[in-house]
Amino acid sequence: MSVVAQSLIWGVRRRTIVSDVSFKVVRGETLGLIGPNGSGKSSLLRLLAGLKRPISGRVEINGQDIAQVPRKALSRQVAFVQQSAATDTNVTVADVVRLGRTPHRSALAGWSDGDEAAVAHALDRVDMASRKRQSWQTLSGGERQRVHIARALAQAPQVLFLDEPTNHLDIHHQIEILRMVRDLDLTSIIALHDLNLAAMFCDRIVVLEAGAVRACGTPDAVLTQETLHDVFRVKAHIVPTPEAHRPHIRFSPE
Amino acid sequence: MTSETTESGTARLALFLCLSLIVLVFAVAAATAIGDYNIPLRTVFLSVTNELGLTGAEIAPIQQSVVWNLRLSRALIAALAGAGLAICGAILQALLRNALAEPFVLGVSAGASTGAVCVIVLGIGAGSLSLSLGAFAGAFAAFALVALLSNGATSGPNHTILAGVAASQLFNALTSYIVTTSGNAQQARDVMFWLLGSFGGVRWPDFQLLLGVVILCFTICIWMARSLDAFTFGDEDAASLGVPVARIRIVLFGVTALLTATIVSMVGAIGFVGLVVPHAARYVVGTLHMRLLPACAMTGAVFMVLADIASRMIATQQTVPIGVVTALVGVPFFAIILYRARPQT
Repeated sequence: MSVVAQSLIWGVRRRTIVSDVSFKVVRGETLGLIGPNGSGKSSLLRLLAGLKRPISGRVEINGQDIAQVPRKALSRQVAFVQQSAATDTNVTVADVVRLGRTPHRSALAGWSDGDEAAVAHALDRVDMASRKRQSWQTLSGGERQRVHIARALAQAPQVLFLDEPTNHLDIHHQIEILRMVRDLDLTSIIALHDLNLAAMFCDRIVVLEAGAVRACGTPDAVLTQETLHDVFRVKAHIVPTPEAHRPHIRFSPE
Repeated sequence: MTSETTESGTARLALFLCLSLIVLVFAVAAATAIGDYNIPLRTVFLSVTNELGLTGAEIAPIQQSVVWNLRLSRALIAALAGAGLAICGAILQALLRNALAEPFVLGVSAGASTGAVCVIVLGIGAGSLSLSLGAFAGAFAAFALVALLSNGATSGPNHTILAGVAASQLFNALTSYIVTTSGNAQQARDVMFWLLGSFGGVRWPDFQLLLGVVILCFTICIWMARSLDAFTFGDEDAASLGVPVARIRIVLFGVTALLTATIVSMVGAIGFVGLVVPHAARYVVGTLHMRLLPACAMTGAVFMVLADIASRMIATQQTVPIGVVTALVGVPFFAIILYRARPQT
């Protein structure tokens, strides 16, 4: 499913946080949102997922304005993975993934075979099927993130939004999560901090600066010395890699 | 969870509900039999069937009247109040994502006491307003203030809890002010005693009203049970699962306020049940609200009836306030659950 942002503007009180953002993501694409802290990545992601209403502009998913789509119907099409969402409730891995079926069930409907199959498939996809009876509280950070992604997959969405899914994870788990997301047959939009990971796993990258799109394109087109210097205020060397369009960034301490 | 465990969870709930229903029937029978003067269970049973027109046994009218008009209505109201408070506790713990949430967290009991004091001490309504109506009005005033302070309940859980704390403080201060400036000592004691809870003086019309409110609120809560589960990881997560967060919060806060205000205005602010019973029920049937809410209702009902029996047996010739008993009986029981449910790390 394609995702189109058209002149999105959002802010709180007088402060504009997302200013006039437009771009298009085609079906099956993995788009990375990068930018410094406070550049509006998380807010933009929430606007795209329909969790916040823009002041002006609109978001279209598969040609449909999401403001016109009821909340429940929308969540059958798009899923959102927060960064490190936590709970004190004593739930199992399977309980969490089953929550993903919420938009597909009516208030009093029983648990169907379809629901069961979706949950089993989602757990398989993130390699947590054997842990489904384990308590959420006993999972490591990486495992929790995988379970959250499984919950999102159980929603059977066509578009997946992830807000810094690799935060607080070691490098092995960072790569594992992003590889998993890239290999899903979904349109995904990921807010990321690590520029090299963005270059490695995203088909295209949007660079945000102060709420506006500074650059948009393939990793090698976007991740240039000048952009990194202007937006992130760092000195960096861009090293080409054998993979086309996927540069490696080496930061210099000065 | 696999489908087998879903089924076993449902079977477990059904077993739990059946067992607690049997216990409840016995508890209500015991509550009807035990009192200042004890009535044999057989007489209790025959009195009830007589009243229902099923039998025509010879029973002293005084006994029949005590069983039917005083004790049975009282026991059934205790059961309903326990069920209602436990449901409110479970709902608020889920919505506010706080294990310490209980039915009075939104300032309802403080508001009720102010309302009651206005009627008892200030004589507002000049006798036309009953204590219950005053308490109900006060409870809803407090709830309205909390709703206002927390932007119609659309802001986050902590904001709502703080608004509840502020409202409680305000209404408690108002109550103290009224009692100290214009009340006499006896009136102050009456208010205190009433607030600690008592099932004395409740009759069948109260039962009918409370039954209606409990059934209405329970139905709405069950209808929204699945949405409540979606709050496990917070409001935003619930929204991304397609739950209309603001609407659910407003409706369920309103439902808990209505239920709590009705109970408080009838029998006073009975603490502890709404806090503890949901935790106990969760320990038995798990965290899914479709199962938790019925389990809470039954456990709360049994607990309150037993507490009412205890309140009449602890001290001879007088009734200990029910709120004192729920805490005295509840804390050791809760300690056992806390100990057994400690994290296995």
